[in-house]
Amino acid sequence: MTGLNPENANARAYNPFKGLGFQLYCELIRLLRNPGFLIPTVLFPIMFFTLFGLPNAKENIGNGVTVGAYLLASYGTYGMLSAALFGFGVGIAAERGLGWNRLTRATPMHPIMYFSAKILTALLSGLVTLTALFAFGILVGHISLPLETWLLLTARIMLGMMPFVALGLFIGYLGNPQSATPITQLIFLPMSFASGIFLPIKNLPQFVQDLAPYLPAYHSGQLAWHTLGAGDSASLDSHIIWNLGFTVLFLALAVWAYKRDEAKQYG
Amino acid sequence: MSLAVELENASKSFGSVQALRNVSLEVEAGEVVAFLGPNGAGKTTAISIMLGLRSPTSGHARIFGQNPREPKNRARIGVMLQESGVPGLLKVRELIRLFTQFYNAPLLVSKVLEMANLTEKKDAIASTLSGGQKQRLYFALAICGNPDVLFLDEPSVALDVESRRAFWQEISGFAKTGKTVILTTHYLEEADALANRIIVINKGEIVAQGSPAQIKSRVGGKNVSFKLEVGNADALENLPNVQRFSKTGESINLYTLEPEKVLQEVFASGLQISNLSVAGAGLEEAFMEITEQGAKQ
Repeated sequence: MTGLNPENANARAYNPFKGLGFQLYCELIRLLRNPGFLIPTVLFPIMFFTLFGLPNAKENIGNGVTVGAYLLASYGTYGMLSAALFGFGVGIAAERGLGWNRLTRATPMHPIMYFSAKILTALLSGLVTLTALFAFGILVGHISLPLETWLLLTARIMLGMMPFVALGLFIGYLGNPQSATPITQLIFLPMSFASGIFLPIKNLPQFVQDLAPYLPAYHSGQLAWHTLGAGDSASLDSHIIWNLGFTVLFLALAVWAYKRDEAKQYG
Repeated sequence: MSLAVELENASKSFGSVQALRNVSLEVEAGEVVAFLGPNGAGKTTAISIMLGLRSPTSGHARIFGQNPREPKNRARIGVMLQESGVPGLLKVRELIRLFTQFYNAPLLVSKVLEMANLTEKKDAIASTLSGGQKQRLYFALAICGNPDVLFLDEPSVALDVESRRAFWQEISGFAKTGKTVILTTHYLEEADALANRIIVINKGEIVAQGSPAQIKSRVGGKNVSFKLEVGNADALENLPNVQRFSKTGESINLYTLEPEKVLQEVFASGLQISNLSVAGAGLEEAFMEITEQGAKQ
């Protein structure tokens, strides 16, 4: 006899993140078994870079930055935002309200573990996309940057992803399995264009250029471009503040939508 | 004895619909309790509140004295729900392993596969399983944490007769190890085969509870109907074992717990009949019976 009440021992031993490793493994193995997700996510940024970046990769756009490096940063940002919105947000919407989620909600699994696994999966799949794109840029596009710039670029792109993880969560709890994908496309594609992620912002109409600084993706892009020395006239810090602001805003909306859904399904 | 599960004056409304009205019950550790009732009676609402999936509008639910809304207080339960679906592209053994991770002292995956008779299917992608195999997978997920209390919501509704019997054996085997089982069903036969206490629920209220023998004696009656060719059947209405009697023209319809005795009476009194049918009464009818008995008493 240990003298411990087994009920208390159970409660004391409870770890809300128990099983996170295997949950993450399951999420990743599902992605690997699903070519319909992985191929577009990983290949699209490489395809865009091939179409728009490779033909004039060596061209200098000022400050010693090449078109190739600039567009690698753009499409890297695109890939990460896409992973946050389509991988994470749409994934949440697809599973929300399914019998399976109800079943896991009746086990000791803590919902925070589920979200953690989903977010880590989005980060990892984003990182895979980014690594593949950068490797392609180095090997095929012959883009050369100092190692510390590559690392800093990766870190800043991940920082720029944060508002979109929160936005993905918001859409995931606002939409349903049918509407989440169209809602996300309606937001993501026009915003990526208007923020200069597809085409450099200088090539866009003036009213779009005036609008861009109020869009979250613009600041995600600037975090990446500033790292190369090809940012706008505003300071890096101001973009970080905008980014945090959008993260807090979307997180607040996500919490509201989550609570609303929670009351409906589990109230 | 320790209480495994309690409901204390639990009520639940969804908008203007009252799904559960002031239900109180206590389930002791080691009991096998069946909630029996027709569709829409409030069985799933009751079990959802016990599991913490729903919050009662008023009253309380407890599992081993704790609030089931807290994930950590669900450490000792296993659950099978209706229409759970399976996430795509994961194998049977992966899903079982995933669920074992939620618990502190789970069973071995190989042992669970064996108990649920899924060893041969362990590498199959779960979404490709047949209906019966999926049901066995849900059973595997429910028991893999080695829970003290097993909740089963309409566990055999999707199964054919043969799989249903095999499934009952699995549940009985689990219950024999001293575990508590709480299930919902709308089959009297299933409640009878598994439970040592049946709680009859209708319109959100407990209308009767007792041993399977007690409940069967109250809801296990038959509908006897025939067409009267010659004679007067009015005397049948006053037989002690006829609970309900109705006559429309020459068609006689009566409800009895002892159809054999009533028919003996019919033939002994020289009535000539045709189109005789003796059918098990539906649960709806049985509940009407119970509710009427309750009103008379």
